[in-house]
Formats: sequence, C-alpha cells, structure tokens
Amino acid sequence: MSVLLFAEHDNAELKPATLNVVTAAATLGEVTILVAGSGCSAVAEAAAKITGITKVLIADAEVYAHGLAENVTPLLVELSKDFDYLVAPATTTGKNLMPRVAALLDVAQISDITAIESGDTFVRPIYAGNAMATVQSSDPIKVITVRTTAFEAVAPEGASAAIEEISVTDDAGKSSFVGEDLTESERPELTSAKIVISGGRGMQSGDNFQMLEQIADKLGAAVGASRAAVDAGFVPNDYQVGQTGKVVAPELYIAVGISGAIQHLAGMKDSKVIVAINKDEEAPIFQIADYGLCMDLFDAMPQLSAELDK
Amino acid sequence: MKVLVAVKRVVDYNVNVRVKSDQTGVETTNVKMSMNPFDEIAVEEGLRLKESGSAEELIAVSIGTGQSRETIRTALAMGADRGILVETDVAVEPLGVAKLLKAIVGKESPGLIILGKQAIDDDSNQTGQMLSAMLDWSQGTFVSKLAFEDGKTRATREVDGGLETVLLEMPSVLTVDLRLNEPRYASLPNIMKAKKKPIDTMTPEDLSVDVTPRLNTLKVVEPPPRASGVMLDSVADLVDKLKNEAKVI
Ligand SMILES: Cc1cc2nc3c(=O)[nH]c(=O)nc-3n(C[C@H](O)[C@H](O)[C@H](O)COP(=O)(O)OP(=O)(O)OC[C@H]3O[C@@H](n4cnc5c(N)ncnc54)[C@H](O)[C@@H]3O)c2cc1C
Ligand SMILES: Nc1ncnc2c1ncn2[C@@H]1O[C@H](COP(=O)(O)O)[C@@H](O)[C@H]1O
Repeated sequence: MSVLLFAEHDNAELKPATLNVVTAAATLGEVTILVAGSGCSAVAEAAAKITGITKVLIADAEVYAHGLAENVTPLLVELSKDFDYLVAPATTTGKNLMPRVAALLDVAQISDITAIESGDTFVRPIYAGNAMATVQSSDPIKVITVRTTAFEAVAPEGASAAIEEISVTDDAGKSSFVGEDLTESERPELTSAKIVISGGRGMQSGDNFQMLEQIADKLGAAVGASRAAVDAGFVPNDYQVGQTGKVVAPELYIAVGISGAIQHLAGMKDSKVIVAINKDEEAPIFQIADYGLCMDLFDAMPQLSAELDK
Repeated sequence: MKVLVAVKRVVDYNVNVRVKSDQTGVETTNVKMSMNPFDEIAVEEGLRLKESGSAEELIAVSIGTGQSRETIRTALAMGADRGILVETDVAVEPLGVAKLLKAIVGKESPGLIILGKQAIDDDSNQTGQMLSAMLDWSQGTFVSKLAFEDGKTRATREVDGGLETVLLEMPSVLTVDLRLNEPRYASLPNIMKAKKKPIDTMTPEDLSVDVTPRLNTLKVVEPPPRASGVMLDSVADLVDKLKNEAKVI
C-alpha cells in the first residue's frame, strides 16, 4: 500500500505536526511526502531525513506559496492516481484542503482520526470527543486527516529519501492571498508543547495573562485559553483550546479560571496530567482534573510563580 | 444576489450526550435538538448581507428527517425568506450533503453559499470545502471577518498560526467561525411570520443524488474515563505533587 502525506510547512520549515502524521501513515503503507510550496527546497531536504519516509515529491511554484486550497487541490488529485491513501494533519491547513480533494475523487473524507484499526477501519471522535466512532471506509482511495496528538512523533532524522521534482499545476484563479497576522512567540507551539497553561474568563483581562506567561516561561510551557477568554479579546484566536480550537495533549495541562465546558474539555482531556485552579468548587473542570486547587487565581498565580523559583 | 445557507439539526450543544448501550450511536430520543451553532452564525451573516443591500434573498436549506423543518423554521424566524428541505431518513455524510447542495445550487443559482465550519455532532468540517470543489468555486473557510469589494469577497480566516486574509472571486462558498458575528434571537412577531414563509420539500431522488453512506459505523463507544483526581490544599502542595508524584515539572 502506498501513502501520500501532505507536509505542513511555511516554505522555510517543516511543521512538527508532520512528524506525528508520519507515524500514522507508516502503519498504512510506504510513505511519500509531498512538499508543495514556493522556495521550499529546505523543507523538502528536511522531509527527506524523516525516519520512515521513502520518497519526497517537491512542487515548487508561486501558486503554492500560501497553500491556497483551490490551487493545491488539482496537484493532489493528479498525484492520487499512484496512491491508496492521501493523508494530512487535522490542522487548519489539512482541514481546508483535504475535503476538496476527497470531493473531486468522489470519496468520503475521514476526519481527525485518533487510531487505525486496519487498512480501512479508523477511530475518530464525534460530539466533541464525548463518543468515539469506529468507521470502515468502502472507498477505493482513502482521504484522511490525522489528529496529531493521538500519534507519537517519529524522529526527524534517520532517513535519506530521494527528492523528486514534479510538474506544477496552473493557478486556479479563484482566490488570492492578501496577508496574514500570525502570533509571534518565543514559547513552544501550543499543540506540541510538553506543558500548557491556559486561562479562561476568570482571568478578567488580557493584562492578567502576564501572570500565566511568567509561569509559562519558568516551565517552558505554551499559553492557551478558553473560547470565552478569546471572545473577550484577552488573547488572540490561535490560543483557543477546544472542540473548535486546537486539540492539545501535553504531559501537563494547567487550567486557570476555566469552568470546564465540554467544548473546552474536547481540546485537552487527553492531557496526561491535568491541574485545575478555580475558585468555584463545583466547577466541572475539577471532575477531570488529577489535581484540583479550589482557590482564587489572583492568590494562586503569584504563589505558584514564587514556588517555582524555590 | 441570492444567498444560500445550510442549516443542520443537531443535538443541542448544552446536552451531555450519552452513548447508546448497543454501541450503534448516541442517544437522541428525548434529547434537545437545535440548529448547529455555526449555522446560526451563517444565517446571521446572510441576514446582515440582506440588510446592507448586498443580498436580495436568503434561502435556508436543511437535509435530514422531517424534523429538520423545525431548524428551517428557526432560520425563517431569524429572517430568512424561504426554506428548502431535502427529506431523508439516511444520515447523509458530508459528501452526500455537498452533492445535494450542489443540485440545489443548479436550480437556484445563488452568488454566495454560507455554511458552518463544522457540525457539532459529526465534527467533520468538510461539507463547505466539498461543495466548493464540486462547483469549482472559490472557498473561504473558518471566516471571522467578511467584506465585499470590487465584486470580490475579502475573507479573514482563523488559522492555527493566527489570522489569514484572502480575496475570493465570486461566486464563493464560505464556512464561518464563531467570532464572525453574534446571531440574533427571533422575535415573537417574526416567529409568527415565519410560519407563513414557504418551505419547499424534496428528496435526494428528486435531485438524482445517491446519498448511500461510504463509511460504515461499526461501533460508537464512550471515550476511556479518566481516573479520579484529588483536591489539594495549597499551591505548595500542588508543586510538590507535580514534582514528586506526577514528575511532570
Ligand atoms: C459551537 C461551540 C463551540 C465551542 N468551542 C469552544 C472551544 O473550542 N473552546 C472553548 O474553550 N470553549 C468553546 N465553546 C464555549 C464553551 O461552551 C464555554 O462557554 C467556554 O469554554 C467557557 O469559557 P471559560 O471556562 O473561560 O468561562 P466560564 O464558563 O465563564 O468560566 C470561568 C471560570 O472562572 C472561574 N473564576 C472566575 N474568577 C476566578 C478567580 N478569581 N479565581 C479562580 N477562578 C475564577 C469561575 O469559577 C468559572 O468556573 C464553544 C461553544 C460552542 C457553542
Ligand atoms: N444535513 C445537513 N443539512 C444542512 N446543512 C448541513 C448538513 N450537514 C452539514 N451541513 C452544513 O455543513 C456544515 C459543516 O458540516 P460538517 O462538514 O458535517 O462538519 C454545517 O455547519 C452546515 O452548514
């Protein structure tokens, strides 16, 4: 069986999510990675080293610079003839692209898989992770997005796969990139961080998030948030953890001033150790916490910061 | 321009869903059902386009059992002009929904189609993208800001790294994110008025679309439960536990 894995990158660097998807892809068959971008040869070189990769295809052209789905889809559709599986991470990039590809191939897409039972049978969360469905696909080619937190990352080094340049497709002429406003941070990326500390509505303001940032820096953690904190404008949208934000599963997740709505739990309940700090002892977040601290966060945060210095 | 919105009837987001003991799915009898929250946002955006003069007519489409008529009524009560129900007992997958919507687009020729980014029951996040591909239209997914300029749509999208803005040729398919707008409540007079608004009913056969599922659900189970935790008395206690018991810091 052969698998084509769509690499996630920003033309300069491969995103770590790709490494987790390789693990899933490798259980399905021989893995070829597609690097579509503009000026992305460094990404292809990095991809060629990933343990478990047999080949890298590079499509280097201006039309792929920003990963516009209308432009990348025809490329994947053309390549699909040679593969049994088309796989991508369930990131906003993968979610934007893969259903388009599946539709043109007239197959169902299997979203956000968390386990592979066999070559045609997969497990995926539904209802915000309140249920896990095992689904069997009858389609000749399987188009899949993978929940990266459900699979270990492979080693980024170890292989030296061949890199093959492939011919590029035309600009679909449907859309164009205008600009982006990306959050710059020195901290680890939310979905791959070992420790995440998230704040909710209880934080009361964006300024108060500095308390969390200070602790994050001491722990080497990423900072996340609930939807309520994002909607209130405390932090940018890319901080949101949950059913409709990011899914994280770090070694340690610290929820501060977050009540624990199912939509939030959907994004963090697979964390290894969960800490909840909330002044309401009835807050549902305590039901899934390994360690609960019923306390005012404005007392707890400075104490935690001081305690970590000891 | 006509605008089409797709509205799905789903288990209300406040319901704590229970998996059925025979593992065939989740319990939906005697459970509160509502319009998918993202679709409320899609309807609201359509209404704002009408109010600003960018759209002349707003049509709400739902695919499902006869009860999906209620979901269409909700859209009509919010202010949509008319509804289309594609009635079927099959749990239609996103691929099938996209095909049905495409067939309706063939009849109605809208300039814009607005969907939710994700249905909160299947959490697929596929239908809009599939529809856009089948129509060979532009696509703006996870939209949190929208503007029209020179006959194009300027869409700001919520992406993993932050925000991205794209310019889309018309006609276009949009899927909306939570922060695009705050959906209105239907007023009582509008709920009354909605009862007189037309809902066209048809079947997948009428539209010559095969909606046979491609995925066979073998079983649906509860996720593994978490072991119960402990309540601690102090921050010092917490740090001690994290260091010496859980060994995570
Ligand atoms: C379709 C849909 C999708 C959604 N997707 C997401 C998602 O992806 N992610 C997400 O997070 N939410 C999501 N939500 C929203 C979700 O339902 C909740 O509304 C949200 O998670 C609540 O955020 P919160 O816990 O920060 O706020 P609240 O529920 O208001 O809780 C605030 C908590 O802070 C505590 N608190 C207040 N002050 C203090 C203090 N001084 N010290 C200690 N504790 C304090 C309170 O006791 C309370 O428990 C979604 C909702 C819908 C309808
Ligand atoms: N049965 C349906 N009826 C109407 N709209 C639907 C249906 N299924 C999906 N949609 C639309 O497609 C969006 C995304 O759904 P999904 O791809 O299933 O996550 C929803 O928010 C709706 O706008």
